[in-house]
Amino acid sequence: MAAVKAVPLPPAEPQVEGTDPEADLAWRFLRYMFLMREVEERIERKLYRQGKIVGGVYSGRGQEAISVGAGLTASPDDVLFPCHRDLALYFIRGVHPRQVFAQYMGRVGGLTRGKDGNMHMGDMGRRLVAIISAIGAAVPVAAGAALALKYRGSPNIVYVFFGDGATSRGDWHEGVNLAAVLKLPLVLVCNNNQYAYSTPLERQMACANVADRGPAYGIPAEIVDGNDPFAVYRAVSRAAAHARQGGGPYLVECKTFRMSGHSAHDPADYVPKRLFEEWAAKDPILRTERLMLERGWADRRDVDELYASLRREIDEAVEWAEKSPFPDPSELTANVYQAS
Amino acid sequence: MPVTYLEAIRQGIWEEMERDPDVFLLGEDIAVYGGAFKITAGMLKRFGERRVIDTPLSESAIAGAAIGAALLGLRPVAEMQFADFISCAFDQIVNFAAKCRYRWGAAVPLVVRAPCGAGVHGGPFHSQSNEAWFVHTPGLKVVMPATAYDAKGLIKAAIRDNDPVIFFEHKALYRRIKQEIPPGDYTAPLGRAAVFRPGRDLSIITYGAMVWVAAEAAQALEREGVSAEIVDLRTLLPLDEETVLASVRKTSRALVLHEATLTGGVGGEIAARIAEKAFEHLDAPVVRIAAPDTPVPFSPPLEEAFLPNAALVAERARQLCGY
Repeated sequence: MAAVKAVPLPPAEPQVEGTDPEADLAWRFLRYMFLMREVEERIERKLYRQGKIVGGVYSGRGQEAISVGAGLTASPDDVLFPCHRDLALYFIRGVHPRQVFAQYMGRVGGLTRGKDGNMHMGDMGRRLVAIISAIGAAVPVAAGAALALKYRGSPNIVYVFFGDGATSRGDWHEGVNLAAVLKLPLVLVCNNNQYAYSTPLERQMACANVADRGPAYGIPAEIVDGNDPFAVYRAVSRAAAHARQGGGPYLVECKTFRMSGHSAHDPADYVPKRLFEEWAAKDPILRTERLMLERGWADRRDVDELYASLRREIDEAVEWAEKSPFPDPSELTANVYQAS
Repeated sequence: MPVTYLEAIRQGIWEEMERDPDVFLLGEDIAVYGGAFKITAGMLKRFGERRVIDTPLSESAIAGAAIGAALLGLRPVAEMQFADFISCAFDQIVNFAAKCRYRWGAAVPLVVRAPCGAGVHGGPFHSQSNEAWFVHTPGLKVVMPATAYDAKGLIKAAIRDNDPVIFFEHKALYRRIKQEIPPGDYTAPLGRAAVFRPGRDLSIITYGAMVWVAAEAAQALEREGVSAEIVDLRTLLPLDEETVLASVRKTSRALVLHEATLTGGVGGEIAARIAEKAFEHLDAPVVRIAAPDTPVPFSPPLEEAFLPNAALVAERARQLCGY
């Protein structure tokens, strides 16, 4: 592995004098992780069971520290390629929970106006690129976006998110190799949640870590605790600094666990129960909350107020989405090509 | 001065590179070497390595990178060294590029150039006419010029277009076709067929290298007093149905010709549309001529037998007119 110099933790946003930047960051972590958790719980455990969701539900339960920790290192003009367990990236970029609920319900209020479902959503105005179902396919495209930024002399970089399973795909390897050869400003964030649908990691690859693949392409790679938003934030900050300084791509493997089935229909009977119990104790939200209380950055009442306000926001958002109409069938043939 | 089909494509790309700083090239062996067919020769020297990019041997990455750059507003022209290799980039093209606008409103203004076709003894992996794979993918535009004029005009239009275009170039035409073309800037419209040769007695609907096979057949038929009209489709998707139907309504006989293999080929679609929309104008059933349903063979006698030729087209045209 190439040696990587640690860079100082950058402030997430301009700090109010006298406030502890770590405390401020913790509050932001907690807010986005809880919002993601609650939106997904509402979708999977309520709306899905009420038959209001169209199609599959892919949740990032227990893995929120990855999209939140990584996403908060990005500047607004960096380009993000979220994976299907990275809902928080959308909230960080200002997508409203209303739009997410409407997206899952196939309504025109969703980011794709019903043309696509669930986590298949993007908005170039927010520099968010929509995945296709073959997650590994995003990596060469992200390399191309990084190429465009470099082409224009932009100080911005690209973040691409994927799971352990995606790294078995040929296009993942082609994309990483191209980015490495052309030294493109690309941060590769792997959510290694140890299962790709029902396939456990040892049936996915014969090396111990996804990060082991980095040196094969001549790029730095590191492994972090994917359930610790601070650890993710610091590692991805190092990766981003490396990419921004012209060092080329950098791989961060976030070790975590998928605390659900592949999607809402999957009871995940193939996962040993003890693994769920073991990883539940490492829940990133509980961990962050505990840290904040211990350090005196928050008291119980502050935290409960935050949760209550986010729940109210979600209630309102669900109501809004349910009022959003389904697309008119006349939209079927629109936008296959640019209107002439 | 007359220019070759190859030179016409080269001029078109060159002029677009001069015209728009967002146009850039990527592909295998295109920069230092100038491309396997020398389409991009000299471009590295003129435009520099920022805009003429040699990539690893990696078709999926080439197509994917073109998509990513296009999403950010650049206009990549990606080269597949041979159209046969495009299967390695299939997912990127048909699932990523083709569907972005429809799914989430994102424009992907890219061109994938694909040198295709047989007649150069390239064997099964350097000879295919695989355009139909992409014609079945809404969201793509599929273009195949037959003339030097269109080669330049269509590549320029493809580069300026805001949707993904797969641009098939027939290798056998590269140096064989030589024509006077207007100097300087012009484009040929995407999505429009052209009447390559007007006629009265039958319509030969074709595209790519087969336009020239049809022309040779038409000359032979002319000597026998049979006047064949040739419609050059130029763009296969979206298809210019009106030009095809107008020709068939005029001549009342239709012969559909392509170099790609028969089953599932573009010809089936053309024949179906004629049957659906111009049946009452027909004096005879639609005839299809295509390569047989085999891989493209290597040895010259086999390859010759594989390719439709002018004698076969003339013979089937006579039968059609005598129906």
